[in-house]
Amino acid sequence: MKFAVLRFPGSNCDQDCLRTLRDNFGQAADPVWHKETSVTGYDVIIIPGGFSYGDYLRCGAFARYSPVMAAVREAAGRGTPVLGICNGFQILCEAGMLPGALVRNRGLHFICRHVHLRLGLTASPFTSSGTVGQVLRIPIAHGEGCYFAAPDTLDQLEGDGRIAFRYCTPDGEVSAEANPNGSLANIAGILNKRGNVLGLMPHPERACEQRLGSTDGRLVFDSIIQSALSAVK
Amino acid sequence: MKDPVITPEIVERHGITPEEFARIKSILGREPNFTELGIFSVMWSEHCSYKNSRPELKKFPTAGSRILVKAGEENAGVLDVGDGWAVAFKIESHNHPSAIEPFQGAATGVGGIIRDIFTMGARPVFLMDSLRFGPIEQNAPGAAANRHILAGVVSGIAHYGNCIGLPTIGGETWFDETYAGNPLVNVFCLGVLRHDQIARGAARGIGNPVFYVGAETGRDGLAGAAFASRELTEESKQDRPAVQVGDPFREKLLLEACLELLASGAVAGIQDMGAAGLTCSTCETASRGGSGIDVDLDLVPKREEGMSPYEILLSESQERMLVIVHEGQEDRVREIFEKWDLPHACIGRVTGDGLMRIRTGESIVAEIPAASLTDEAPVCHREAAPWTPPAGLDIRTVPPADLTAVLPRLLAHPTLARKRWIWEQYDHMVRNGSVVGPGSDAAVFLARECGKLLAASVDGNSLVTLLDPREGGRRCVAEAARNLACTGAVPLGATDNLNFGNPHKPGIFRQLRDSVEGISEACRAFDTPVTGGNVSLYNENPSGPIDPTPVVAMVGLIEDESHITPQGFRGAGDSIWLLGERSAGLDASQFLLIIHGRKEGRPPQTDLPGEIALHQALRDAIRDGLILSAHDCAEGGLAIALAECCLSGPGPTGAKIALADDGRRDDETLFHEAPGRIIASTDPADDEALADLFSFCRIPAHKIGATGGEELVIGLRSKVYRWPVAGLFHHWDTSLDHILGTVAEPLAAH
Repeated sequence: MKFAVLRFPGSNCDQDCLRTLRDNFGQAADPVWHKETSVTGYDVIIIPGGFSYGDYLRCGAFARYSPVMAAVREAAGRGTPVLGICNGFQILCEAGMLPGALVRNRGLHFICRHVHLRLGLTASPFTSSGTVGQVLRIPIAHGEGCYFAAPDTLDQLEGDGRIAFRYCTPDGEVSAEANPNGSLANIAGILNKRGNVLGLMPHPERACEQRLGSTDGRLVFDSIIQSALSAVK
Repeated sequence: MKDPVITPEIVERHGITPEEFARIKSILGREPNFTELGIFSVMWSEHCSYKNSRPELKKFPTAGSRILVKAGEENAGVLDVGDGWAVAFKIESHNHPSAIEPFQGAATGVGGIIRDIFTMGARPVFLMDSLRFGPIEQNAPGAAANRHILAGVVSGIAHYGNCIGLPTIGGETWFDETYAGNPLVNVFCLGVLRHDQIARGAARGIGNPVFYVGAETGRDGLAGAAFASRELTEESKQDRPAVQVGDPFREKLLLEACLELLASGAVAGIQDMGAAGLTCSTCETASRGGSGIDVDLDLVPKREEGMSPYEILLSESQERMLVIVHEGQEDRVREIFEKWDLPHACIGRVTGDGLMRIRTGESIVAEIPAASLTDEAPVCHREAAPWTPPAGLDIRTVPPADLTAVLPRLLAHPTLARKRWIWEQYDHMVRNGSVVGPGSDAAVFLARECGKLLAASVDGNSLVTLLDPREGGRRCVAEAARNLACTGAVPLGATDNLNFGNPHKPGIFRQLRDSVEGISEACRAFDTPVTGGNVSLYNENPSGPIDPTPVVAMVGLIEDESHITPQGFRGAGDSIWLLGERSAGLDASQFLLIIHGRKEGRPPQTDLPGEIALHQALRDAIRDGLILSAHDCAEGGLAIALAECCLSGPGPTGAKIALADDGRRDDETLFHEAPGRIIASTDPADDEALADLFSFCRIPAHKIGATGGEELVIGLRSKVYRWPVAGLFHHWDTSLDHILGTVAEPLAAH
């Protein structure tokens, strides 16, 4: 299988994603330039973190208009798994491929630290190798990661069981104190209706080696690889 | 617009002395015009020419077996790290701009140092910073203004570093009234490259085209270099147009495009446009290449209409580079810069006449011998005041204090407290190499490009330097080297940032001279050549000069991943060792400053051979697998170092310490600050091997206790002191949050 890692001019986690996929998971992965108009031939698409076009306006506000995003939307429509990490999540929301928006952190500061996440579902290609309620330790690094949505959107996400990750305490309690950025319902990651597009503020690619402090991010990549393999079978 | 007539007043306003003006006339063989006067003014300013400090900087050791590019040759030095790989690194200040406009001042400081690194052909991989601010505690005078500067500087560094995707993996921050209104913002950047990728900032090859690439030129930052070479006054706020505005996204594009262009082989020379912008980059490249340069300002991409030649040449608009391309390769530039959507223009040619010739179309607006602006710039030999060593502190004048209350108070002081409030705003994990991140003695970074484990530490001690400048210089080098040793690294080289007041004052110049000599002496002893650095003078505000603040960043290499050693205790049941000599006194200590408000005494002197032997013995013990943790015992003394070991492990761990009676007062034993001491922990099964190793090396090593329990317990002659570690952790960890208002509830008594 083959991964596409999108590369906007201001992407800065593209190399980390490519190296993680190649070195830690032995996967084939290519950078795909934002001016490309096609992503055919790729089994999974990753939109990495960074500042797509500088993001001085709203994060991801310009990226939604890039040529490559039209191709990504089309691929997602065909069922290709799309994982948006950090800026990738912001872009997916701006592009309307995920509901809601990511606004300035509650404390107004950029925050970079390890947080704990409670896994909310396993019926997705991104979480299939985990168990519901499992607690993962993965870093965040963002200034605009406060998830916001209208009440009916939130009800729908809850009702459909599409909240994949929530910020929690080390014991797995989803509480206000465990919420680093003020996200509604402690939301750290959500799925689209079809379940093949995941937006995730934390960085799983930064948690795949013990020497970096955690290997909990492997769950996301292991799940994607296993799901894709079983789909092929 | 017509240029003003040159009058003595105009000359003086450009910071040019009558003697310098006479020299300009003899160089040109005529009167300079207004544009030329501006060019001389910025190029002969301290910021560009180091005219006050150059004779002193020559004292630094710059040679070494690993040196590939020496200090002063290029924008940054380059050191061999083995297997065909090298590192380029440098530290640089942006103090004056940060005083006037903290956010943009700090942000553009980051941008400038990153450009210095990729100009060398290196891929920048991490940043560190050394910051100094005025007091920020609620009741301190000027606290609100100092907090404003702190918040602006930190978010400025975060804004630029985070966006461009470089992790800020460590640093140091002090707070003292000497920095009120004149903060210090020193930023370090390191990049990696293969030996064959080293790029040069020289204009070579007569006829080669000269390209301007990057952001358009505007009126921002006009003559910032000259601005940085003056004292800050009440009127300095009116200098705000001299502070530039940073665009990290543009810099990211410029970085990627330049590295791509360098890889294409099309580049003959490359130079960033930093201080003094287009002026500096053109005359420096020409001077280095022994060539001349001819540039047409009409071809320069501009953001504003109607800019005069003077303004275009002196603008310090950010995110711009000058690239000299091999003739015939022009299309490569166009191709790559169009891919990255960046402005580019061929603005001139390399010539053979040694002149920097500036035209607007056909008319010549400036014509100056390039070397006269750079290598032949004036040198000022300043006068140094005589120095008498300070008297040692009479310990009897220090009244007794409740030491149980003092430790949490010190841990909560902004200088000693945990700097989480700062480094959590930095993306310190991007690039996936931060093996040991912020909050440790030294940071350790795995550069994935080359698989090398690089360690770096940045240190300065203005308190010691104020009292004894030579010792201050030695001390910061020794501390940086000790920090590297504690993480298991071998030091390779250093870069320095000299932050001082006005060098025209003999007392200040003496501080500068002696500090440089102290740094040189120590760098020679450690065999860590100085690969380059930065000088920031005129750090004065209306109430006087800053305390002298030389800062040294040292880079080391960790040979094997298993050598990486943390600073915090790993858990219960381990032996605790004090490695190095026990000594006494409270001279030049943070305890004396913070608790008693006194900057006094004769700083304990660094024993360089003893330091080197200590570091080597520690590295040997680490290689033998004997060391579980190692932490430098520095600011705050033994008690602070022990507390930090208890608090910075995987979870707060208690410790029980007993120190033999050496006849000293308890406050001396707990808070004395001398170099050459390390707190280490070992598995008790390794105690004997460690003791043997240190006795073989003839280095003192005392087993002083064991880890475990909920308290830090220190038993001294007269008393057993006890502190619950949970309470100490709270004071240390949340102090900045409380002071800066990000946590609501007030700090409990302890």
